Amino acid sequence: MASVSEKIAATREAFGPTLIRLVQQGLDIAVVDADLGVSTTAAAFGKEFPGRFFSVGVAEQNMIGVAAGLAGAGKTVFASSFAVFVPYRCYDQIRISLAYPKANVKLVASHGGLVTGEDGFSAQALEDLTMMCSLPNFSVIFPADVVESARAIEMAAHTPGPFYIRTFRPKIPVIYSDDFRFELGKAHQLRDGRDATIIAVGEMVYIALQAAEKLAAEGVQCRVLNMSSLKPLDERAITAAANETGAIVTAEDHQIRIGLGSMVAQVTAGSHPVPMEFVGVHDRFGESGKWEELLEHFGLTSNAIADAVRKAISRK
Amino acid sequence: MTSTSELSLEALEDVAKRIRRDIVTMIAAANSGHPGGSLSAVEIFVVLYFRIARHDPNKPDWPDRDRVILSKGHATPIIYATLAEAGYFPIDELLTFRQLGTRLQGHITTGTPHGVENTAGSLAQGLPYSIGQALAARMDGRDYRVYCVLGDGELNEGSIWEAAMSASHYRLDNLTAIVDRNHIQNDGFGDETLIPQNQRDEHTGAWVRADGHTANIMSLEPLADKWRAFGWHVEEVDGHDLVALIDALEQAKSVKGQPTVIIAHTTKGKGVSFMENNPVFHARAPSPEQLEQALREIG
Repeated sequence: MASVSEKIAATREAFGPTLIRLVQQGLDIAVVDADLGVSTTAAAFGKEFPGRFFSVGVAEQNMIGVAAGLAGAGKTVFASSFAVFVPYRCYDQIRISLAYPKANVKLVASHGGLVTGEDGFSAQALEDLTMMCSLPNFSVIFPADVVESARAIEMAAHTPGPFYIRTFRPKIPVIYSDDFRFELGKAHQLRDGRDATIIAVGEMVYIALQAAEKLAAEGVQCRVLNMSSLKPLDERAITAAANETGAIVTAEDHQIRIGLGSMVAQVTAGSHPVPMEFVGVHDRFGESGKWEELLEHFGLTSNAIADAVRKAISRK
Repeated sequence: MTSTSELSLEALEDVAKRIRRDIVTMIAAANSGHPGGSLSAVEIFVVLYFRIARHDPNKPDWPDRDRVILSKGHATPIIYATLAEAGYFPIDELLTFRQLGTRLQGHITTGTPHGVENTAGSLAQGLPYSIGQALAARMDGRDYRVYCVLGDGELNEGSIWEAAMSASHYRLDNLTAIVDRNHIQNDGFGDETLIPQNQRDEHTGAWVRADGHTANIMSLEPLADKWRAFGWHVEEVDGHDLVALIDALEQAKSVKGQPTVIIAHTTKGKGVSFMENNPVFHARAPSPEQLEQALREIG
């Protein structure tokens, strides 16, 4: 069984260093940046490979088109910004220039979710996963820790077609060891139990593990699935969880309407309906605060997950 | 260069005539499509595909081909008719335009059919795409050139100017944009130049045509100054004059250190009297009788 380690890191930190490694391994990568390269860590790549790094200024719409053009000429392209700007500021460009023609462009959107913190609602992307999962041809990944983030970026670089990878800002405990292998379309089971399943994404995965430990202390055994691959979605793992544990709780730093929770519910509704509870943001905007305070304020905590599990089990 | 680069001026004029016939015919067959902005761009496309651009219909993925990017992606008839005429696919296929199951979708999509470089339909995405292609040429040390055909209506989009800024920032002298300056966009006249009778509302400043149609949708002038201010070399030509277009495009090749924009002054619906300068034919198919008249007029 996995448990959280002492080491902490932010998933965004994987971006620049991973791309540098990939170019050193021979990949023909170009990076397009919209004046947030220091925060996304794209700037580290630009420093190492200035001939492969293109700043377009604060111009996300142009960034997507430039990325599409580079991809059309055979490059493996990474474009990055904050999740509130990509996809929000350039969704039309993403749809037309990337999704439909299956452009080989990987969008790495950092600072996703409430945990962006003090900058408040305008900086807190809470709908981006819905937007990106809605687009045909896109693969969508929300890694749980810095190791998975690096592996997902490597996998995307080696897989043709458009990707959206959401990363976040706060340093959280590292879950995976360096030999972790990321598989697109596969949920990763971190813990098993027969009473209920917690399905989580992003930083909520380690919080879900904390919840599972608390519940175990009172005799409730939970399966914990990291559903980092939101699209393609591991429908078999979801159906198996419904079948074998009889109750599901989802946890996401995102709107619960048409987010992870509703995607999971859509699968169980069609295969094996079970009681479900949804931990996430309930049709509200975010606000300023420290990220830990915000998770508490919005009910995205291990206690909230544990309560939701008890409730779902009581409805069996 | 392909063998088409040897075509005489007279031969190019014949090609233009055939493309115009194909445009109105395919739109009439589909009973939908955008004739106005296709007919205005005929000479631009003829010159690009049959004189200026390095391309080979038998090698659509040739890495060293020049790229022709159609940013105003609704003008599909002009690019499909040109590609068919150039030998990328059979001319008969034009009659499948906009039909269920066709390769000739209502708006262009990359590689469908071969020869179509980019995906467009929502405006202003071709210029950013062209910049990416031009940057890639640099990265790879290739000498291909990128030609981007823009509508004047789409210059309303802010992202065009994001792109314009970045093209000069990167000193992309391998990029040439051509603006099909026909002064008409979806809802009517783009600016006051062509409005027959207009008056300005004294409160809002908007131009209102006597018949109630919105006019003066968005003024672009002084357009050449705008491009210059964004760091571009500017050429202005009669967009229906083959020689002038060829000269301007050749001239653009010798401009160093900055991108070139050619403002091609054109007539929307050029070659068909009832479509010329008529906003209605931005996106309307001719009736069977109108098609007959159009073909007669084109000759």
